[in-house]
Amino acid sequence: MSDVVRIKRISQESKDTSTLAFDWGAHTVPGQFIMVWIPGIDEIPMSLSSTGSEKTVTVRKVGDATSAIHALQEGDRIGVRGPYGNGFDLNGLRTLVVGGGVGMAPLMPVLRTVYADLVIGARSADEILFEEEARRYCSNVEISTDDGSLGFHGNAVQLAEAMMDKGDYEQVIACGPEVMLHYLFQACERRGLPCQLSLERYMKCAVGICGSCMLGRERVCIDGPVFDSERLRMLPEFGRSRRDPAGRIVDL
Amino acid sequence: MTDLTVSISSIKMDNPSMLASGILDETGDSLLRMMSVGAGAVVTKSIGMLPHDGHPNPCIVETADGYVNAMGLPNPGMEEFAEELRVIMPTPAPVIASIYASSAADFATIAVSMEEAGAAGIELNLSCPHASGFGMEVGTDPATVGSIVAAVKDAVKVPVMAKLTPNTAELVRIGKAVEEAGGDAVVAINTLKAMVISPEFARPVLSNRYGGLSGSAIKPVGVRAVYDLYRELEIPIVGVGGICGWRDAAEYIMAGATCFQVGSAVGTVGPEVFTRIIEGLEAFMGEYGYPDLDSMRGAAHE
Repeated sequence: MSDVVRIKRISQESKDTSTLAFDWGAHTVPGQFIMVWIPGIDEIPMSLSSTGSEKTVTVRKVGDATSAIHALQEGDRIGVRGPYGNGFDLNGLRTLVVGGGVGMAPLMPVLRTVYADLVIGARSADEILFEEEARRYCSNVEISTDDGSLGFHGNAVQLAEAMMDKGDYEQVIACGPEVMLHYLFQACERRGLPCQLSLERYMKCAVGICGSCMLGRERVCIDGPVFDSERLRMLPEFGRSRRDPAGRIVDL
Repeated sequence: MTDLTVSISSIKMDNPSMLASGILDETGDSLLRMMSVGAGAVVTKSIGMLPHDGHPNPCIVETADGYVNAMGLPNPGMEEFAEELRVIMPTPAPVIASIYASSAADFATIAVSMEEAGAAGIELNLSCPHASGFGMEVGTDPATVGSIVAAVKDAVKVPVMAKLTPNTAELVRIGKAVEEAGGDAVVAINTLKAMVISPEFARPVLSNRYGGLSGSAIKPVGVRAVYDLYRELEIPIVGVGGICGWRDAAEYIMAGATCFQVGSAVGTVGPEVFTRIIEGLEAFMGEYGYPDLDSMRGAAHE
């Protein structure tokens, strides 16, 4: 469905990341995304960081469109369409959730729904997202920072591997930079641990016809954005290359 | 036993369905996927001389059973796309390269590049309604269309089809121009020029303002176009516009189509729509006594 919604609340999550809340009745599941339209600027895919009747998107300022979103005020209106994509399979297995940077956004609805342990990774302490809220749902929340300013000094995959070796997890659910996800996937494969990873690609239509978000034979917008281990093994481009808006191959 | 095989000049197909241009056809892997779900042939994204990003988003609006889109001809350019094709050749079904340009000479250059990369045929995009200087803007004058078809026919050995716009009163005259210039087939129709406005924002939704309507709503327009063309042309007609089930395909064939293309239904129904259409068509032809497509083609004219 396509709608225009009013932003009812904006919360600053970190120096460059904000969450926008709006009421929207569409039924959605954790891991799905929407297309957010800022008239005159752009329309971009955003994961939902809340999936109840009040929806939220969590936006890191990285380019023109996200800067325009950051310039919005409470009461302003945006266009939304969706929800799109498959979402996570919340199956009751003992789960380790790993979020890198703003990749935490689609994981928050997972943490509110199922019991899991959590790794939050970021470059630095001031970029760690959702720690306080996550501690309300998870008894075991571990932090990693690349610069060692908080928690484990290193990357989220190294920390996750240590936890996998201590814990008795049955699956890993994760979202974050693709290089991180690629190493995490390899770590899981070495341990025979199934994964569900949320991936992203440049997107135009979001409804499965234009082909701009192809990853191998899969459409990230409708066959994804969540891919399990079996499908990840069939994606030679995963962790290596993406497509630009013209469809050219670009190394990650 | 119903025979579903069909050919357009040297393009031989196991069944009369083709993937329409612009739909899941920008990468080699996506073309292979559409062959795997039963498409008798696949038509590529429209390829130009140089890489092109297309229009900024939003470039699509969902409508009831269809879309209004203004992608703006995004494509990686002929050099990169030729490599995309070389990697997947040989393929289990023919690949027809859709191409766009603003001059007959550029059309010919791109066609040669696609033929060398393994394309079994060329589809000329003379009908995109949302790209300034291309598509419909070069495809509504019969003389211009004739000169483009002739130039491409001179340049390549593979069959050349011209995709026509419904956004003109000259449809049949343009079809005639294609035939007289030596074109092997016409493809009808492309999308209908359209617009969607957001009342809340008091502006068109698409960044390009104008787009093209596709999906179920345009099927009767496409069927009529094919019916009109069949009365005047000798060359084969490829019917396209709003096909999402076997009944739609049967209508186009009875209007005079040799084969048909499926586009929007890949989104509204899913890629498996090809298998469903072919199975349904085969069952219908068996029950109603059409042993092959020749016996069914143009039946509505009799």
